[in-house]
Amino acid sequence: MSQRIGYYPGCSGAGTSMEYDASTRAVCARLGLALQEVPDWSCCGSTPAHTVDHVLSAALSARNLELAAEAGLETVTTPCPSCLANLRVAGHKMEKEGFRNQVKALLETECASLATVKSTLQVLLEDVGPEAVKAKVVRPLSKLRVACYYGCIMNRPPEVMQFDDPEHPMSMDTLLEACGAEVLPFPLKVECCGAAAGMPRKDIVTELSGRLLDVAAGMGVDAIVTACPLCQMNLDLRQGQVNSARGTSHAIPVFYFTQLMGLAMGLSSSEMGISKLAVDPKPCLEQAGVL
Amino acid sequence: MKTISLQKPDVQFIREVRERSGQEPSHCYQCGNCTAGCPYNFAYDIPVSRIMRLLQLGRREEILQSKSLWLCATCQSCTTRCPNRIDVARVMDVLRHMAREAGYATERNVKAFGDAFLESVEKHGRVYEVGILATYVRKTGRFWTDVELAPRMLPKGKLSLKPHTIQGAEHIARIFRRYRGEPDPVAKNGGEKK
Repeated sequence: MSQRIGYYPGCSGAGTSMEYDASTRAVCARLGLALQEVPDWSCCGSTPAHTVDHVLSAALSARNLELAAEAGLETVTTPCPSCLANLRVAGHKMEKEGFRNQVKALLETECASLATVKSTLQVLLEDVGPEAVKAKVVRPLSKLRVACYYGCIMNRPPEVMQFDDPEHPMSMDTLLEACGAEVLPFPLKVECCGAAAGMPRKDIVTELSGRLLDVAAGMGVDAIVTACPLCQMNLDLRQGQVNSARGTSHAIPVFYFTQLMGLAMGLSSSEMGISKLAVDPKPCLEQAGVL
Repeated sequence: MKTISLQKPDVQFIREVRERSGQEPSHCYQCGNCTAGCPYNFAYDIPVSRIMRLLQLGRREEILQSKSLWLCATCQSCTTRCPNRIDVARVMDVLRHMAREAGYATERNVKAFGDAFLESVEKHGRVYEVGILATYVRKTGRFWTDVELAPRMLPKGKLSLKPHTIQGAEHIARIFRRYRGEPDPVAKNGGEKK
């Protein structure tokens, strides 16, 4: 645990998901994980890059894996599943020499050494573990009934991600149970929320995110817990758009898992960026006794 | 009902998809697992299993003009569940590359959003959301897109009004130029390409 771990916040961490970034850093610090930001990291290209070209996408990702390795960071962790997927796919594809050479040609570097990448969820489960999390809990989330929503690509495809179950992941469930929450079995935990279609095809996001909200509401959850900036945005910020499009009146708070972990471990709501959420989370947190 | 001629399959097309995706289209036996799990099926014009079948039949034009290619979000459901271990999402990605190269963009706004995103990365090295929105509006003329979200985001400080430019921004710009095969303006040798 004394090992330094590289940290790749991802672009949304500096903007639309700043509360995910802040709570991730604070929770890791509380649990004794020393995160070191990858120096001068750049965008992984996200979905747009791989839909245009796989070599371009890998080059944008590999630049970061190389910078991390040069800084002596063997492992890099990122909270964002889209960054995770791009960085891991790049590393995976570059095992083939022909592909690696094409990437090197775009990068103009040797790519002699590349850091490996794990999700922050994986690091918290495997390197810290639920027992150590439990030991830090001072305000258990014992009255909170939550649905853990992983999004589609945190654990898929399994050959590339190599963590947790691709159909029924349990890592977030386990960590939140360690924080005292009641985690209900959410059947849509890996269904897609509509991803980046929000701007060009809002109808797709309102349909797919609407299904997730309907099912969670039907289960009687107090909150949905996410691990992805895009999922969180679609479910939280766009919840009003979903309601308008589908004639529903959901008001379900949507937290990042690190925010709830932090609150359980006694970190303040301002440190966890609770006020950044769109759907008012206060009643739910007050009822849970963590606010 | 639309019928499809099975005469003259485009063999070159099948070969190209096979090489670029590293997948073997003939391994698909049409079980339908990919379509059953596809969250986007309700919005697709051609279901993913039928795209695989059209690919086996070498129907280049039907596939590359499909809207489905642009709507696939690479959620990996098809790839994860394929009993024959075909990376279906990767095949869809490669088909989308080929559609783009052939000049098709049947979901114009999806392409415009992706292009705006990458232009932002090329310019700053990191994503600049407000810049992406501005470019997207310029490309599509859809001024009212998500405008109702701004009052919810701006007071929370979640939308930076300034780009996050990094030291390596020029390196990123060079990656894009090399990808497009453009000469490098700063290189002494006139941007020699490998």
